[in-house]
Amino acid sequence: MRSAYLFLAPAMTAILIFFALPILAAFLMSFTDFDIYSLGDWSRARFIGLDNYWNLLKDPLFWKALKNTFYFVLVGGPLSITVSLGAAVLLNSKLVQFKGLFRLAFFAPVVTTLVAVAVVWRYVYHPRFGLMNYLLGFFGINPVDWLGDPTWAMPALIILAVWKNFGYNMIIFIAGLQNIPEELYEAAKMDGAGPFQQFWNITLPMLAPTTLFVAIITMIGYFQFFAEPYVMTQGGPLNSTLSIVLLMYQEGFRAWRMGYSAAVAFVLFFIILIGSLIQFRLQKDVNL
Amino acid sequence: MKIRIGQLFAVFMALVILAGCNPKRSDPNTVEIWAMGAEGEHIQELIPEFQRRNPDIEVSVQVIPWSAAHEKLITAYAGESTPDICQLGNTWIPEFQALNAIIPLDSLVHTSKIINADSYFSGIWQTNLLDSTVYGIPWYVDTRVLFYRKDLLEKAGYPQPPKSWEEWKKASRVLADRELARYAMLIPLNDWRYPIIFGLQNGAGLLRDGSQYGDFSGERFQEAFNYLMGFFRDGLSPLGMTEITNIYQGFADGYYAMIVTGPWNLGEFSRRLPPEMEDKWATAPLPSPDSTYPGLSLAGGSSLVIFRQSKKVEKAWKLIEYLSTVETQSQFYELVGDLPARVESWQDSSLANNSRVHAFYTQLQHVTPTPKVPEWEQIAYKVQQYTESAAYGELEEEQALKNLDSDVDKLLEKRRWLLEESAKDE
Repeated sequence: MRSAYLFLAPAMTAILIFFALPILAAFLMSFTDFDIYSLGDWSRARFIGLDNYWNLLKDPLFWKALKNTFYFVLVGGPLSITVSLGAAVLLNSKLVQFKGLFRLAFFAPVVTTLVAVAVVWRYVYHPRFGLMNYLLGFFGINPVDWLGDPTWAMPALIILAVWKNFGYNMIIFIAGLQNIPEELYEAAKMDGAGPFQQFWNITLPMLAPTTLFVAIITMIGYFQFFAEPYVMTQGGPLNSTLSIVLLMYQEGFRAWRMGYSAAVAFVLFFIILIGSLIQFRLQKDVNL
Repeated sequence: MKIRIGQLFAVFMALVILAGCNPKRSDPNTVEIWAMGAEGEHIQELIPEFQRRNPDIEVSVQVIPWSAAHEKLITAYAGESTPDICQLGNTWIPEFQALNAIIPLDSLVHTSKIINADSYFSGIWQTNLLDSTVYGIPWYVDTRVLFYRKDLLEKAGYPQPPKSWEEWKKASRVLADRELARYAMLIPLNDWRYPIIFGLQNGAGLLRDGSQYGDFSGERFQEAFNYLMGFFRDGLSPLGMTEITNIYQGFADGYYAMIVTGPWNLGEFSRRLPPEMEDKWATAPLPSPDSTYPGLSLAGGSSLVIFRQSKKVEKAWKLIEYLSTVETQSQFYELVGDLPARVESWQDSSLANNSRVHAFYTQLQHVTPTPKVPEWEQIAYKVQQYTESAAYGELEEEQALKNLDSDVDKLLEKRRWLLEESAKDE
């Protein structure tokens, strides 16, 4: 028993020093007004109780960021899962040639750095010379200022995020699809089920555990929506793409209001915790 | 062959420990200097001459990108790994002084044969003073002037650039009405400088009561803000296209005819505009709200500061002095295109004979700093946010400025508390 602790000690120490302690420090910090003044002289930080949390609730920027984040999670999440599932089903079909090539092509955006991708997508979204508006032009749709218009900036980022991330979930779905016994489909065919019925009555139910896993991972990832707006729009225009994590970053590292920023972090933590608990409960109901 | 994990681990740990020791710090002859972007790249070319004159001093230059500069400096300060000298945007000086991160340079300036206040543009030197103590030596200067399409304004009946706000707006209307340009003026909404410049021109204090509260709903600022918003209201400036990837092409196409921007664009415009545009654009000092042409602009630029943790102040000062000589300043202009902070360096032929540069020279006699409070960056960010919001019509102008004031008051709460505390102590 004792030797077990001995073996665990290095890992536990690392976790304690680099994980638990900073979280505890941040938690304590969220009750102070630690800022740029306090950095030079600790006596200039005041213990202010729940004021940070209270001010956060009164901050319209926080609500806007929260709304944007939910927008992104609730629209982007399902969309991303649907696209991944669709791509997985298509790629799993026996009719498709060059499966490896397609898999590679769809997975490539996942492993490309976002900054490089963002540069390209900025051109795609350019209001005057962009590919997106060029394509829309064929349908007689007037040019849209994708990243400059408050209504379109978020959809633009959602499209980018879905394009960038669906490959990862797709691979997981393909693995799930390959685990479905072929007999089920054969039996269904004997009973006269068409492709749509097969998908609805066999593929979807059999994929339920995979879908839940994908949904939780996607939700957690999407709640931490940061890099896309950071690189593409800096939260603009009119804060229409400001996410919770971006707000936290701006408060913490641009304004250096660490106390306030820590409070934002803990609010996000609780939101993700609640979201995960709900999904775990769902998972139990599905009875895995 | 088997890899021995134990050995590998030992080597790794040894490397970690070595890295932690940071041997650079212990070298008493190396002056470490951090500089941003293009300045960082080109300063290296000036160093060999310095080392020829001072063989006993080594110089180590680290280039940091502008976009990450502020964060990196604060982090370096928190981690006690600041360099000896750093290039600092002069609006950042109050913040680093409040952090107690940089040292006053008065005694050094007093005894210096090279650096004295009179050799610099006074508005620029001012930005480096806090309570009449100097904390930075201006390295290069930066201000905003009007860049305009000469041909289009001539067609609109303005052979001379506008000199007053009224004339400016009138000329803009003609440009737009006669469709000489799609938009008269480009006002990027991601930049706080526009509302601030207009406010300062109109005599707005921006902050009030010893910089303890925001004064953006004050009459002076409100008037200026209203003037600026007029460009959007009347469709003289584009709203959406904040994402113009290529302002140069827009300028060449006649998508817009005027823009207020800085000296780095002198080089960029010459390089990127098609050759036939070469004699079709010019620069001019900013118009003014009344008849006192030219109007004010911002005193920008970068200064060189010495960090408190430096143990090589004397050597660091030698490097600052070298970078501040008239010859080095002229040389630096030729390398980077940054406008020299020393007035004398402007006599250099390549500067004196350039009419576009001359607008900057005139403007630099009429510059003023932003309020010197450590919170300025945050305030500026709020200004930009509410300007954008008012331009889009999301908030009424008056409401936007009221909200801005209340946000700024919140940002300055800590400052008020600190001032109160220090008043108690005395």
